[in-house]
Amino acid sequence: MKISLATVGFAVPLIAGLVLAFIGHPVVQAPPQPVTASAPAGSLSAAAAPPATSGFVLNSVSVELPTSDTAFPGGAKADAITANCLSCHSAGMVLTQPDLSKAAWTGIVEKMIHAYKAPVAETDVAAIVDYLQETKGAK
Amino acid sequence: MIVSGAGWGDTASAQSTVDLPLPGGPDRRAMTTAFPQKGPMILQRTRPPLLETPFEVFDRGVFTPNDAFYVRWHWAVIPTEIDVASFRLSVRGHVDKELSLSLKDIVDGLPRVELAAVNQCSGNSRGFSEPRVAGAQWANGAMGNARWMGVKLKDVLDRAGVKPGAVAVRFAGLDEPVVADAPKFMKSLSLDHARDGEVMIAYAMNGEQLPLLNGFPLRLVVPGWYSTYWVKMLDRIEVLATPDESFWMKSAYLVPDTPGANMKPGQTGLAMVPITSMVPRSFITNLKGGETLKAGAKVAVRGIAFGGTTGVKAVDLSTDGGATWQPTVLGKDEGKYGFRQWQTEVTPPAGDLALMVRCTNDDGLAQPMTNNWNGSAFMRNGVETLQVKVA
Repeated sequence: MKISLATVGFAVPLIAGLVLAFIGHPVVQAPPQPVTASAPAGSLSAAAAPPATSGFVLNSVSVELPTSDTAFPGGAKADAITANCLSCHSAGMVLTQPDLSKAAWTGIVEKMIHAYKAPVAETDVAAIVDYLQETKGAK
Repeated sequence: MIVSGAGWGDTASAQSTVDLPLPGGPDRRAMTTAFPQKGPMILQRTRPPLLETPFEVFDRGVFTPNDAFYVRWHWAVIPTEIDVASFRLSVRGHVDKELSLSLKDIVDGLPRVELAAVNQCSGNSRGFSEPRVAGAQWANGAMGNARWMGVKLKDVLDRAGVKPGAVAVRFAGLDEPVVADAPKFMKSLSLDHARDGEVMIAYAMNGEQLPLLNGFPLRLVVPGWYSTYWVKMLDRIEVLATPDESFWMKSAYLVPDTPGANMKPGQTGLAMVPITSMVPRSFITNLKGGETLKAGAKVAVRGIAFGGTTGVKAVDLSTDGGATWQPTVLGKDEGKYGFRQWQTEVTPPAGDLALMVRCTNDDGLAQPMTNNWNGSAFMRNGVETLQVKVA
């Protein structure tokens, strides 16, 4: 089937259905599942659901969030960043960052301390910035 | 996007990785199935979770499945158990009557509304920004479209009775900072915006309760605005008699007050203002960069688009670097705030081919040919170019 652009331009809504019927409508997503009172699959548990007077029922949820076992590489050089930064975020946050200038890394560490109140020991700031510069510094 | 390792549906998919084509890298990310109520997701950060939707998902339809919907949290203290019987949403502040609403009060006691709307992170596509900037290094998958079901925020505010003199409404959820004196995540809207009848408190997306990581049991839905305002696990609403001066409005999620939030790297002296509404974007979803098409053969090209604060008027495709554009056929309109599919055909000759796609919204606003730049890589929406080979 060939699409005439001139035709499409004048009769988009009419043509659209035909085109999609012939080419195959890209929408293949199944319609939403009907909502029932049964607990969804997985680690969810149903408990104390409100009466189903409305036809829409919410079920209590209990889940577990995974933890990260990714460590900062570099041995002892990573001691300061490991000790100060992992309480708020996993190491992946840092390891996925692009290479940035030392000034940029300094600014980020200062922002973590002053804006986000990261309890970083003052004596560790230089070691953290040096580590970031060495592992993620702009070349 | 290149995927290696085990199949995504495999329980061994912890072994699989995906390479995001981010300039300068690092480009490799793990694919993870370790998060509750989620299928295979691109792992950007484990804690607090940053999970990106694999881009292939966007080719399957305009509604992003809940188990593939991207996830973004600011603080790591996230409740993992929510009891629907004891949960309460409080409405306080400059109101006649403070409220403490149960989920039953909300689901059964207020008129139900439904709306399709795109939820997009302010920093979606940040990883493509050049020069690169710090932050979650997303490719294009920090967005999704759902059919949200819930109640109008206006109806809840009317029940509390907003007092004269109120100017803004602030929202917060159950998540908490790890550090005690760190700024709790809160966002606010002007009172007029909050009462526009479209801003919604959602208890369902795509016909099901929200996944916990997408904000169960309640999430604010702010159609046309970036996701930073779509507060998850919403449990407190505060009507303010003075403008919100708190951290997340005054010092974070700011963009330069310039057209397209565009500035030069290193430029100073610009006024910075809170990010607000989204701008149009469009993507090719059925072809991958670098793949080879057959010369002289017709090939369908399709994708998704959204208009931001209004609907999609047109999506056009260029195969000559933007010199000329051909219209595409738009799919079913599921609502002006949602994704809209588009489709066309090309019959390319042999050689390298750059496919460019451009959305124009119902206000006549079109995607710019070049991307903006700002220090947070917010509001990126330049025309996307997909490079393929034809042989």
